[in-house]
Amino acid sequence: MKNIILGMMLVVVTFSTQAQEKKSKNAKYTIEVNGNCEMCKKRIEKAAFSVSGVKSADWHIDDHKLHLIINEEKCSLNDVQKAIAKVGHDTNDVKATQEDYDKLHGCCLYERK
Amino acid sequence: MKNIPLFLTLLFSTLGFSQESLKQDTLKTVTVEGNRKGIKKSIKGAANTTLVTSKELLKAACCNLAESFETNPSIDVNFSDALTGTKQIKMLGLTSPYIMITEENIPSVRGASQAYGLSFTPGTWVESIQITKGAGSVVNGYESISGQINTELIKPLGDIPFFLNAYGDTGSRFEINTHFNKKVSDKWSTSLFVHGNTRVSKNDMNDDGFMDNPLGKQLNIANRWQYYNPDSGWVSFLNVRYMNDEKQTGQLDFDPDRDRLTTNYWGSEINTERLDFSSKIGYVFKDMPYQSIGFQNAFTTHNQESYFGLNQYDIKQQSYYSNLIFNSIISNTMHKFATGLNFSYDKYAEFVNSNDVSRIDNSVGAFFEYTFDDNDKFSYILGGRMDYHNRLGAFFTPRLHVKYNPGDKSVIRFSAGRGKRAANIFAENQNLFASSRTFSVLDTNGKIYGLDPEIAWNYGLSFTQNFMLFGMKADTTIDFYRTDFQNQAVVDVMNSPQEVLFYNLDGKSYANSLQMDFNLEIIKHLNLRTAYKYYDISTDYISGSYQRPLQAKHRFFGNVEYATHIVEKGKQWKFDFTWNWLGKQQLPNTSTNPHHDRLPEFSPSFSTMNAQITRTFSSTFEVYVGGENIGNYTQHQAVLGAENPFGPTFDTSIVYAPVFGAMYYAGLRFKIK
Repeated sequence: MKNIILGMMLVVVTFSTQAQEKKSKNAKYTIEVNGNCEMCKKRIEKAAFSVSGVKSADWHIDDHKLHLIINEEKCSLNDVQKAIAKVGHDTNDVKATQEDYDKLHGCCLYERK
Repeated sequence: MKNIPLFLTLLFSTLGFSQESLKQDTLKTVTVEGNRKGIKKSIKGAANTTLVTSKELLKAACCNLAESFETNPSIDVNFSDALTGTKQIKMLGLTSPYIMITEENIPSVRGASQAYGLSFTPGTWVESIQITKGAGSVVNGYESISGQINTELIKPLGDIPFFLNAYGDTGSRFEINTHFNKKVSDKWSTSLFVHGNTRVSKNDMNDDGFMDNPLGKQLNIANRWQYYNPDSGWVSFLNVRYMNDEKQTGQLDFDPDRDRLTTNYWGSEINTERLDFSSKIGYVFKDMPYQSIGFQNAFTTHNQESYFGLNQYDIKQQSYYSNLIFNSIISNTMHKFATGLNFSYDKYAEFVNSNDVSRIDNSVGAFFEYTFDDNDKFSYILGGRMDYHNRLGAFFTPRLHVKYNPGDKSVIRFSAGRGKRAANIFAENQNLFASSRTFSVLDTNGKIYGLDPEIAWNYGLSFTQNFMLFGMKADTTIDFYRTDFQNQAVVDVMNSPQEVLFYNLDGKSYANSLQMDFNLEIIKHLNLRTAYKYYDISTDYISGSYQRPLQAKHRFFGNVEYATHIVEKGKQWKFDFTWNWLGKQQLPNTSTNPHHDRLPEFSPSFSTMNAQITRTFSSTFEVYVGGENIGNYTQHQAVLGAENPFGPTFDTSIVYAPVFGAMYYAGLRFKIK
């Protein structure tokens, strides 16, 4: 019985190390971030870059898509979404608080979904 | 975004371009260029760079590269002298040897090609030109002092299958350009450019017995191959080019077969043959679009055989240039860097009359350039390079560019940097061979013709503001640049009209330049461009301190362009008018000459006007007519001592105004898309 538990633990450990190895240093993601204008673009990208591990962040005004390249050993996509929500912009997974949204500049008050 | 720092252009501009053209190809759309500007000044980008598009180049007469800056106030185009017919350019008041001129980021106009090199690139081959004022990037080398001019040629991947341009003018110059393009496979494209120009008859509008511009013919052929594979990240260019240029000038009665190197008549021939081979390979890392590696190589042989009256001058330069560059980021794309190695080798076989002044130069260097961009208001580029050169020694070259946007529509830029170069005193001043001046180099201890390397620091400050005036777009720019020479190979024509002296600077030499631009869209499709330029360029010569000869202290520039709406099938009229006013210029010292060959200390002020009308009949066919110097202003005495060309006062090098009067031209452009 002990051996089985040990064996299972070994398996779990191996899996998790494998999973860690699979973490990409250059993981590409494209997520939707709600916003309006050039000012939003600067704010969104700045927030993304504030997360350590974000290598590239490019938000497109026309389709509201944020193109990211992140080092998953240092951060997760969720960390980036949280940072963006903190400056007032909604993503699909993480929404900004009403308070943070209200702090946005007049022209940046996008329609919330 | 077009204000790309030069160091990124190797890979990123080629990639960017290719992607754009790919899109155009697949969508089969006709791009309407109605509001596209010919000259773009971005308020992003740390360097003070202006992008000149091919649209702007169409405004000049025929044009090779030397003639393509007529409508651009940042660059002053000198009047072609009677001898070579070649226009020299100046930036911040300094002549082209102090400008780093590159073609697709490979140094092109340097060494033996310094005098005529710009006329060896036909204008129709050019896709765009980036002009950077001030120190410039360290990536391409250490030689640039007052600025950098990079020319991008048309890329095979985005080109149209066939292009034809024919040109003729009242100076009996004719020019033909044909471009052929073929997509060989989905990854390979190729272009063949064939250029020919000729001047068939002798013109002497000022009746001094000398031709106003040289007879000539040039054949210029280039074949380019482009490989582009976006899936693998590999891009590559291969270029082969052959050029043969022949010029003959001098007295009308001069017959080269009969009179060469005799005193029957004064005449000159300049024959140049050039072969270039260059390659570029670039790789963009998979999943890391911000990381790339590029490798450029260029081989050139340039052979000029020439005589000027009884002076013989031959120079053959064989060169190899190599540049390896790695671009990446530090933690994120706000922090970019470029680093790499350069190697260059130049073998000069140079003969001044029977004097052998041949030499071999080689240098190896490493550079690192860091770019910070907060994607908002502030960015800077800090670069440095360390080189070892067999004649210049081991030295460090720092460069800095800073940009700050105080508001959405304004930008402040600062730049500083050091440049160092070996002056090819004979090649750069070969127009002085066409005079009875004796050449003397007064120093003997230096390693370059006895002279020391030229070293200068350049500092610049620039402010641009975009605004609305009466509801229309307007912008204004103020630039101030200063170049301080620590050492200079002084070219002294102030001492005596019978000699030219070359010596190391002893004292001060500087160039201050102030430029104020004001541009306005007066009504839709009607644009006004104006500039005032002030130059204070002073050098301590043996005989005292003087302003640089043949340089106007004050200049005004104005350009008006008007285009009608594009109607059905792309029909359109375009009008363009350029006006230049030049204040008085310091002239070389002729005070000891006899009265009739004596020039005043300063030239008179004058203005010139150019105009052009283009009629586009469809998106594939257009014709243009125009005039240069339509006010018909000419220099009073273009050749000193013209009646006795082998006498002591003969000099064709003092040209401060057009020699040829009004010139009219017509041309056509035909495309198959």
